[in-house]
Amino acid sequence: MEGFTLRDKAAIVGIGETEYSKNSGMSHLALLLQAATRAIEDAGLSPKDIDGVVIAMGVIPFEDIAVNLGTEDLKYAASILMGGASATASLQSAAMAVAFGIATNVLCLTGWNAYSAMRVSGIGQATDLSSAMPVMSTMPKLRDFEMPYGLFGPAQWYAPLAMRHMHEYGTTSRQLGAVAVTCRKHAQLNERAMMRGRPMAIEDHQNSRMIVTPFRLFDCCLESDGAAAVVVTSAERATDMRHRPVYIMGVAEGHPVPVDQIANRQDMFQIGLSYAAPRAFAMAGVTPKDIDVAEIYDCFTWTVICQLEALGFCKRGEGGPFVEGGRIELGGELPINTHGGLLSQAHVIGMNHIVEAVRQLRGDAGAAQVKDAEIALVTGWGDLGDGSVAILRR
Amino acid sequence: MIELWPYCNIEEVKNLTQYSKPLPMITAETREFWEGCKRHELLIQRCKDCGTYRHYPRPMCPNCGSWNVEWAKVSGKGKVYTYIVAHQPFHPGFFADAPYAVVIVELEEGVRIVSNIVDCTPEDIYIGIPVEVEFDDVTEEVTLPRFRKAT
Repeated sequence: MEGFTLRDKAAIVGIGETEYSKNSGMSHLALLLQAATRAIEDAGLSPKDIDGVVIAMGVIPFEDIAVNLGTEDLKYAASILMGGASATASLQSAAMAVAFGIATNVLCLTGWNAYSAMRVSGIGQATDLSSAMPVMSTMPKLRDFEMPYGLFGPAQWYAPLAMRHMHEYGTTSRQLGAVAVTCRKHAQLNERAMMRGRPMAIEDHQNSRMIVTPFRLFDCCLESDGAAAVVVTSAERATDMRHRPVYIMGVAEGHPVPVDQIANRQDMFQIGLSYAAPRAFAMAGVTPKDIDVAEIYDCFTWTVICQLEALGFCKRGEGGPFVEGGRIELGGELPINTHGGLLSQAHVIGMNHIVEAVRQLRGDAGAAQVKDAEIALVTGWGDLGDGSVAILRR
Repeated sequence: MIELWPYCNIEEVKNLTQYSKPLPMITAETREFWEGCKRHELLIQRCKDCGTYRHYPRPMCPNCGSWNVEWAKVSGKGKVYTYIVAHQPFHPGFFADAPYAVVIVELEEGVRIVSNIVDCTPEDIYIGIPVEVEFDDVTEEVTLPRFRKAT
C-alpha cells in the first residue's frame, strides 16, 4: 500500500436535500429517506443500487435506511460519531469503501428535526428523554467534571476558546459579526435558505442578546428540521452518471489532544482540523491559494475564524482581520458559505455544505455561483473540536 | 453507541435531593478524586513513572503509557486560563443563577480544571486572575471544588 492515495479515486455523483424549516411535519426517518431518495435520483440511480450507507453523527441506525431502500446486499455500513465533523468525515469513509471495491454506490446522509423535536439549545432543559440527541462517548466526563459547574452544550464548550482567542490575538465581536453578516448576505441569494428575506447588518449582530459571552444570538447557528444526503461512487463509474462528477481530491479527519476535553489542551487552537488540513492538502496536491470557494462549518461565527487559521488561509491569530472587508463574501478573495451556512441556510450537520460545494462545482449554484469554480473546500467541526476537511474538484 | 442527553436524569436528581444542579456520578475511576474533595483536599492523578499530572482521571498516562498512578494532593492555587459568562442557562438548576461564570483554572501543577469562582461577579473575572480552591459540600455525597480570588 506504500504510495497509495485516495486522491481522485471517488466522486460525488448525487446530492439531495429536504426543505429546511422549523417544522418538517415528517418523521425523522421519513425526512432522511426523502433526502436519500433525492440524492439517489439525482445520481440517476435507483434505491436498490445503493450498497453502502454511512450515517453521519449516528442520527439513526443504518438498518432503517437500508430496509426502506430495499437493499438486498448491503456491503458496507458505518456510523461516523464526530458531531458536526461527521458529514465531511463520512466522505472519507465512503471514498475508502468505493476505492477498495468494498461497495459500489455509497449513500452518506444525515438530518434531524432539530427545531420541532429536539433543539440543541434545549439540551439540559429536556426532561423528556425520548427527544434526547445522540452524543459523544466523552459525555460521562463532561457530566462529572463540567456540567456540575454549569457548562453545557456546544455554545458553552466553544465560548471559552473564543474568549481565549480574543485575549491572545485581540479578535473582536465585530469580526465574529462579519462572519454572520456574510452568511446572511449569501442566504438572500438562496431560495432554500431559512433566513432568506431577513437581511442582517453588523449593527443587528452587535445589538443581539448575549447567549454566552462572547457569543451573541447571531453568533450561533440556526436550529432546523431537515436532512441532506450525497451519493459517492468510484471515479471510473462516475463518468457514466447523470451529472458531471465532483471528484474527492483530498479528504482527512483530525482530532485534538486531549480529545476527551477542551480544558487541558496545551494549545487550545490546535484543533482537529489543524491535523487534518495538511493531510488533505497534501493528498489533493493543492494549497489554500488554489481554493475557489470554501464551505466552512459555522456552528458559531468564531469557529469559522479558527478554522480559516487552521486551514492556512491566514496565520494564527489573523482570522479576525481576515474575515473583514468582504474578503469572504461572493466576489471576494475567498467566498465562503455561499448557501448561507448553518448560520443562515440551515443546520443539517454540515451535509448542506457538501451539497453546496457540489452545486458550485457543477455550475448549478444560481445567483451564488462563484464564476468558474474548479476547486472547493468543505470542513466539519464537531464534538469538542474534532475536524474534517474535503477538497473537491470538478 | 447511542447515549442519552442529558446524561443525568434531572427529575431523578430532584427526587433525591433539594440540590437541583447536576451532580457527578462517582465511578471506580473517579472515586478518589471525589473522596478527596469530601475531605477538602484537591487530588490530581500523577504518573508514578514519569511524574506527569493528568485530569480528568483515567487509567493510563498519556505521556508514557504507564498504569502506575498516584493521587497527589495539589496546592489548589492557580490562575483563570479562560472563562465564559452564561447568560442563557441550558439547565433548570442554573436558571436562578444566570448570568453566571464558568472558569477554566490552570493549577500551579499545570493541569486545568473547570469550575466556578464563588466570590466574584462575572464582571470582575478576567483571564489571569489568581485563584485558590475551596470546597462546597453540595450534598451529603458530593463536595465540589470551586475557587475564590487568591489573597
